[in-house]
Amino acid sequence: MSVSRREFIHSSGSVVVYFSLGGCGASDPSGEDAVASSDNRITIHTDGSVELFMGKVELGQGIGTALAQIAADELGVAFDRIRLTGVDTDFSPDESYTFSSISIQQSGPKVREAAASARAYLEQLSDRDAADNSAVVGQSVPRIDIPGKTFGDVSFIQDVRLDGMVHARVVHPPAERAVIQEMDSKSVEEMPGVLKVVRDSNFVGIIAEREGQARTAAAALAALIRWELPGDLPSSDEVYDWLKRAESRKEEVSASGTVNFSPSDTVHRATYRRPYQAHASISPSAAIAFFEDSKLTVWSHAQGMYPLRGAIAHTLGLSPQDVRCVHKEASGCYGHNGADDAACEAAVLAMRLPGRPVRLQWERADEFLWEPLGPAMQIETQAVLDSEGRISNWQHDLWSCPHTGRPRDVDSAGYFLYAKHKENPLPDPAPYSIPQPSGGSDRNSVPLYDIKNVRVNKHFVTDIPILGSSLRGLGAYGNVFAIESFMDELAAQIGADPFEFRKRHLDDVRALEVMQRLEKETQWQARPQPGTGVGWGVAFARFKNLSSYLGLVMQLQVNAETNAIQLIKATAVCDAGLVVNPDGLKAQIEGGIIQSASWTLKEQVRLSNRARESYDWNTYPILRFDEIPDVDVILIDRPEQKSLGVGETAQGPTAAAIANAIYHATGKRLRQLPFTPDRLV
Amino acid sequence: MRIKFTLNGKVADINVEPDSSLLEVLRNDIELNGPKFGCGLAQCGACAVLLDGVSIRSCVTPAAIVEGRTLTTLEGIGDKDNPHPLQAAFIAEQAMQCGYCASGIMTTAAAFLASNKSPTRDEIRGALSGHLCRCGSQPRMIRAVERAARVMNGDDE
Ligand code: FES
Ligand code: FES
Repeated sequence: MSVSRREFIHSSGSVVVYFSLGGCGASDPSGEDAVASSDNRITIHTDGSVELFMGKVELGQGIGTALAQIAADELGVAFDRIRLTGVDTDFSPDESYTFSSISIQQSGPKVREAAASARAYLEQLSDRDAADNSAVVGQSVPRIDIPGKTFGDVSFIQDVRLDGMVHARVVHPPAERAVIQEMDSKSVEEMPGVLKVVRDSNFVGIIAEREGQARTAAAALAALIRWELPGDLPSSDEVYDWLKRAESRKEEVSASGTVNFSPSDTVHRATYRRPYQAHASISPSAAIAFFEDSKLTVWSHAQGMYPLRGAIAHTLGLSPQDVRCVHKEASGCYGHNGADDAACEAAVLAMRLPGRPVRLQWERADEFLWEPLGPAMQIETQAVLDSEGRISNWQHDLWSCPHTGRPRDVDSAGYFLYAKHKENPLPDPAPYSIPQPSGGSDRNSVPLYDIKNVRVNKHFVTDIPILGSSLRGLGAYGNVFAIESFMDELAAQIGADPFEFRKRHLDDVRALEVMQRLEKETQWQARPQPGTGVGWGVAFARFKNLSSYLGLVMQLQVNAETNAIQLIKATAVCDAGLVVNPDGLKAQIEGGIIQSASWTLKEQVRLSNRARESYDWNTYPILRFDEIPDVDVILIDRPEQKSLGVGETAQGPTAAAIANAIYHATGKRLRQLPFTPDRLV
Repeated sequence: MRIKFTLNGKVADINVEPDSSLLEVLRNDIELNGPKFGCGLAQCGACAVLLDGVSIRSCVTPAAIVEGRTLTTLEGIGDKDNPHPLQAAFIAEQAMQCGYCASGIMTTAAAFLASNKSPTRDEIRGALSGHLCRCGSQPRMIRAVERAARVMNGDDE
């Protein structure tokens, strides 16, 4: 691409606004039109379009559209002049990961700052749009990416086709820590189209000209390998006792007042359990890698291109300067799934076949058997009520493995599957306990309620039989499920209304407003009598105790004969501060409610001592179209408050609202997830 | 092996490997993006296409089966210039998060609406119950199908 002139308009700190002449249209990331510094965010092209270089990746959550809204708003240009360019380590701002529902908080102000600098230039040119455009923020601007996905454009990494591209599969072990006893690949090497069988100790991959050939050869090869399995996994039934027995260290998450359970107190106690659960993305992980002239390029749908680059470079013995990672979308990931591992494995294979782009596609079973999982949790709560019906003492103890296991740098590259399977495996990274206020397993373990004496202990289990990872909400799902179920149980002890009992313990005005609005919208006071088979349940949380507030009422019906639980309607009220795109926020919350309802009613990764036994959609069923409730989301807009993420806010409240509704419908209290019909027998 | 069939209204006459799946031929040989790989096991619906107007799972269908028949993928249901009412409705309702599942769902829904002009909400749920969506976009997708049905009946918009 030819560029006749470049002109830097303004440069301040991390922000460079950059103007290019000549090379308009699509910017070529490898061409001369590329932005020089990794901090550049906005380029104004001569055709008037404004190119926004994203630092966060699109995960289907609509972050690109929200950032474009902010840029259009600050620049004072029409929204459709903004074009988005995804993350590429050759030129994008380094914003590490896209996670924890903080993209809009982290990236929004930086985009606004960059746009403010660019605006000065546009003002000089009198190129701002005449109409006042500031109302873009706060409007339900349609998502930029949806039309392409509706008409079958190239939208996903799976749609990327490079010249000369070949196809790969990895023959993964059947379980963690399995080792190859015997493998004879000769017959497979001679199969049609097979270009290479790659073996590096317990890592086995295959590359073929056509995808079907790679699949067939991989299946044939799998049958020729004899594995030895250590048989050291805690089974699904054993896992909770195992968590309490396993090596762990106790960390005090919160201690206020003096928690004191004296012999004269009536101490209420309950134990809640959450199993291993899967991200279960609809598209199994995929990646493309290309190695030539000692340079490696990797196209990946992982959540952080810069961390991925560092970890891959270290694992493969390359210099980070020789590795380029380019983000391409895949289906929703909801946390750390197989994406990073597929990227590393594709890179390994590409280095064995220089000069040809190698596309690795995981099969469905690869994803279920090898994605890192949302870890199991055991949560024990205790509380005492005083004579006025207030909670005087509260204790919460939780046991869980780390909720993070991402290869992000030299020290953590050992999390890669390839790093474990190869000859001379990289050392196991030290288990990392995410500190408060975010927290990992302890996220949202401290109740937001006004309680005088509170103690919360995290028992951080450092023995890791199955790699755990961030799954939407991390510990917040289990902890809020426990806290909000326990609140309901305590209210029932003294015959208090669940809404009133919560409000009694809330002194945060925003929380109170959410609950009041929810009570009114659902006409809670008119809910059916208990025990009729129809149940209403309520729950509340403020995500991480510092992000968005959400209250939720679930209505459901329990079939008296089959114990089948049919969700009828979910109503949520959410305060996420200043709302950039109301419809986009609602969509994320709706999706969170449905996904959490699916976890809550159906999902657990079945484990035997030998292996995971959930490997497809029959052995790991999720909620279907005929099982979902109607969903109504109400937003409380607070233009004077900063914008808060909502991607994970609904996970915990949904679980507890379902448990509480089942109790209301049947009088049975379910404390172990998921709530399959057999639990009601 | 040579196969000849009608693909999205045009004649396709191509050479395929004898044991290729229809999904592989559509995606890798013809380079369509609509049908998606999700499981390869006929469990998720991401790969749904219409064979003589009936929704099938292309991931487990041998390509040879389409010989002489009519195949429609997302791309053949409508395009940007001439969108199918379902496609317009999916955009209007913003009926997807990641959108990976949406192609198969729109494809099955198009066949469903061709045979059921005024479906109830439960009928829509039933018609789509073989399709998985992990992002939880189902409520919006149901609304989009309802909207498309209204438009196709000339009821509003
Ligand atoms: S990919 Fe064909 S049904 Fe899942
Ligand atoms: S929109 Fe992501 S799987 Fe359906």
